[in-house]
Amino acid sequence: MEIINFLFPNMSGKGSELLLSFLQTIWMMFVSGTIAFLIGITFGVVLIVTAKGGILENIAVWSVVDKTINFFRSIPFIILIVLLIPLTRFVVGTAIGTTGAMLPLVFGTAPFFTRQMQAALSEIDKGMIEAASAMGLRARAIIFRVYLKESISPIIRGATITFINLVGLTAMAGAVGAGGLGDFAIRYGYQRYQTDVTVVTVLILIAMVTIIQTLGDYIIKKTTH
Amino acid sequence: MIELRNVNKVFKTKASEVRALKNVSVKIEEGEIFGVIGLSGAGKSTLIRCINLLERPDSGEVIVDGDDLMKFNPNQIREKRQEIGMIFQLFNLFRSRTIAENIAFPLLNKKHSQKEIDDRVNELLELVGLESKINGYPSQLSGGQKQRVGIARALATHPKILLCDEATSALDPKTTQSILALLKDLNKKLNLTIVIVTHEMGVIKSICNEVAVMEGGEVIESGEVFHIFANPQHKLTKDFITTTSSLKKTYDLLEENSIVMQLKPGEVLAHFEYIGPSSIEALVSTLSIKFNIHLNIIFADLDIILDLPMGGLILIISGPAEAQAAAFEYISKKGVKVEVIKKYGDN
Repeated sequence: MEIINFLFPNMSGKGSELLLSFLQTIWMMFVSGTIAFLIGITFGVVLIVTAKGGILENIAVWSVVDKTINFFRSIPFIILIVLLIPLTRFVVGTAIGTTGAMLPLVFGTAPFFTRQMQAALSEIDKGMIEAASAMGLRARAIIFRVYLKESISPIIRGATITFINLVGLTAMAGAVGAGGLGDFAIRYGYQRYQTDVTVVTVLILIAMVTIIQTLGDYIIKKTTH
Repeated sequence: MIELRNVNKVFKTKASEVRALKNVSVKIEEGEIFGVIGLSGAGKSTLIRCINLLERPDSGEVIVDGDDLMKFNPNQIREKRQEIGMIFQLFNLFRSRTIAENIAFPLLNKKHSQKEIDDRVNELLELVGLESKINGYPSQLSGGQKQRVGIARALATHPKILLCDEATSALDPKTTQSILALLKDLNKKLNLTIVIVTHEMGVIKSICNEVAVMEGGEVIESGEVFHIFANPQHKLTKDFITTTSSLKKTYDLLEENSIVMQLKPGEVLAHFEYIGPSSIEALVSTLSIKFNIHLNIIFADLDIILDLPMGGLILIISGPAEAQAAAFEYISKKGVKVEVIKKYGDN
């Protein structure tokens, strides 16, 4: 305990605030990550099946989705937050705090998630799709029983990368009043020159990233045959 | 059972247009093992994919079991595909599913109880001789075992037709023979109509009754396998046949101008080919005695194609030119095909 006080003098008395910030970060990641994952996997599938030579080839749909993703991915996240303020207010009623950060986080993550899912699904051996088509499966059955089932490992790999990315984005959202660890580090570490607070925050972020990566690797190992 | 009539298929890319099938017509009877042979790019894989409409022809008719599939809607096509099994060069098994789950896969669509599915899986595993592997994953199997699983999976829905797209091309010769033996067995046991696409004449020779030879998107020759082997019309067909015969060695030696093939004055190098019962006769000694010529056998080969013997001899013949000519005429009448490959002085 004494060592901790010696190494991080400014942390004393901030324990409960740190815990709150940590929980806020987890909450933001969980909600926006889950929504972004669902959007990402849906549009990832759409991009794969409507692409040229896909099982539901539709170049018009493919182009619209593809261009929309590029549009959102080309906007830096910090600007996206500001840009989305009116929409955020309209949808969730406020543009600040944890709730206000959700929408920008979803918009910032979903396009990246979609690309990750598209990459994951495109790894599939086309022969399996052909075999399933030759058996007379419906497109929906091919999507669920072949594309998604056979791509579990690459999907988890993509999700791991995206969630780790999301750790960074939630910290950035802190800068515009979203709360969470990023906000905590900026208020004390940056604005009050309490560098040790920044270090503690960084250590927690490293731990989070490590846990996500380890968990991801574990699931990939379990699902690869 | 299966009939393709005037089928055309063009693959278009921005740069070029490839006519993969040009007015192809093929008729395959029930219970037949029908082979399609050709070099890569000849259109044979496209042809087999037209049978279950994995490739939709640009024009023509695809008649399976009396139905013109070209007139079917997507739902009807899916239904029909369940009556047509298919196996592939690289097996295309589902890697994240066990062997049993792979075989049960085509049954998931239908309303089957778990017990019915289990029974069918066991029955199929027994049929292909893989009972012990039921809970393994495809990655744990050898190529031959993977193809057996592929066959079991293709047969799960009791199809009457099995399409084999280069199904043995990724396998070693011994495994190829065991898979071919299995296919032949299934053909007899289940009265399964089998269509095989291959680039190996050995596959055709081993199990097919009928064969179509393809080149540049066209069927250049087709008919009974024995007939085609005995009397090939096109150079490509002849080349394919040569690849299955040990007489190929002779032609290699000839090209290398080997010492074995050097002729002395008055000698000719000839190829005798005999089919069916006439092979039993002691041809060589008869000729030697009757015409007083010398026949030196360089190579001899005997093939059994669909239970009929087909033999080939490469000989160096010496003796007076008239005697040789008379001898050739004599054996030609006996049904032996004579071809003079090289005469003294030729290069």
